[in-house]
Amino acid sequence: MAGRQIVVPFGPQHPVLPEPIHLDLVLEDETVIEAVPSIGYIHRGLEKLVEKREYTDYIRIAERICGICSFTHSVTYAEAVEKTMGLEVPPRAHYIRTILMEYSRLHSHMLWLGLAADAMGFENLFMNSWRIREEILDDMEMATGGRVIQNLCTVGGIRKDVPDEMLGQMSDHLKEITPRMEELCKIFSHDSSVRHRMRGIGVLSKEEMWELGAVGPTARGSDLALDARCTGYSAYGELGFKPVVEKEGDCLARCIVRAKELMAAADLVHAAVRDMPDGPVDVGKIKGGPDGEAFVFTEQPRGEVLHYVKGNGTKHLVRHRVRTPTIANIPPLVKMLAGAELADVPIIVLTIDPCIGCMER
Amino acid sequence: MGLFAMTKRALANVIAKPATLMYPVKPAKQFERSRGMLTITIEDCIYCGLCSRHCPAEAIVVSKEDRTWQVDRLRCIICAQCVDICPKSCLSIVPEYKKSVAKPPFVDLYQGPPAPPKPEKKAQEE
Repeated sequence: MAGRQIVVPFGPQHPVLPEPIHLDLVLEDETVIEAVPSIGYIHRGLEKLVEKREYTDYIRIAERICGICSFTHSVTYAEAVEKTMGLEVPPRAHYIRTILMEYSRLHSHMLWLGLAADAMGFENLFMNSWRIREEILDDMEMATGGRVIQNLCTVGGIRKDVPDEMLGQMSDHLKEITPRMEELCKIFSHDSSVRHRMRGIGVLSKEEMWELGAVGPTARGSDLALDARCTGYSAYGELGFKPVVEKEGDCLARCIVRAKELMAAADLVHAAVRDMPDGPVDVGKIKGGPDGEAFVFTEQPRGEVLHYVKGNGTKHLVRHRVRTPTIANIPPLVKMLAGAELADVPIIVLTIDPCIGCMER
Repeated sequence: MGLFAMTKRALANVIAKPATLMYPVKPAKQFERSRGMLTITIEDCIYCGLCSRHCPAEAIVVSKEDRTWQVDRLRCIICAQCVDICPKSCLSIVPEYKKSVAKPPFVDLYQGPPAPPKPEKKAQEE
């Protein structure tokens, strides 16, 4: 049968892909035998830039590694630098960071749910998801000045305090839109057209996910409770948190994990606003430069991200390295695609929530 | 549920007002903290060039000799790093966006007032 195999290129330009990744799909009739990924279309060389910019200015660049999970990138970088310098960030800054990280999870998941609906041709649901997302973005702009790029986090705390009244307003607004998020979650888990399109495709077991090193909702959809928030960075340790998991391991399970995480994120925001401590939001003027090296893991909307920084005591870091969740989720994707139908490829690629801009930096 | 999970929401959306604004007839949403555009009070500037050195996007050029401060609007990422670093607090971010233009120049040049006659005074004292 080897003679009948053909290779169909998928991407870098494809309607379901918001960002460029290329897959060579080796097909036999309509079935994918093998998928060969190739990356490197939007490498921007941001890690190298750390040598040219001071570590306090570089956080603005670290935030712009990704256009969706931007705030988590800046917090992770800041925590890594704080670790090398031994800075104790005040608790209020930790809580505000946590609230905004959960807000960015809300808007990222809402964006993904909309894109998934769009990929299966469910335009109405796509519009509905993005309609709710827009209100989340407005709240973020009110609190920080930016819809997607917040620019709030800085080394040693946050730049500008978010007053309690504003936090209360955000929490109240979130309570108002929670019934609509629950309705959205119900549509994704119950609607027959969504179930027909997603159920039973791209299945990987818990063991396979573990062996291939999957992270984030991709792993949690296969009953693998991997969540960096359990390590208790920022204020997560005090807020009490349980990861959302689903057992089936197919595309629908990964979709439902993201839909349910909307509610989990809203609960975390309410808990953080309720327990918000008073006090300063930064450590004041910082002297000296980072000396030594540090690894920090945090949980992005797409999974676990690692930031590594190394400094030599000067204002310029020697090395900054980022390992994003998408690169960890590519091997499971390749395994999921082997044996899938050609028509199912777009939706399987989408369910790992590929963020290529993040992955290539 | 099943087929009609979306029906209730779809009907509600038919009756409800549109979620979008009729921009530009209605002005875009703005908040007090919105980062729209970088501006300078050029009279207070001492042309130290710290903003230019700390700009992550290299959008700012400062000239002490010509007493000018210029920002490339297409490069500026409105991160407000210059606002934090300015020793005279003469830079600020305003919520209004810069109006789009079709032709160059895309660089906004601000010419400062002529230097106060300090060197002459010194010469007289001497």
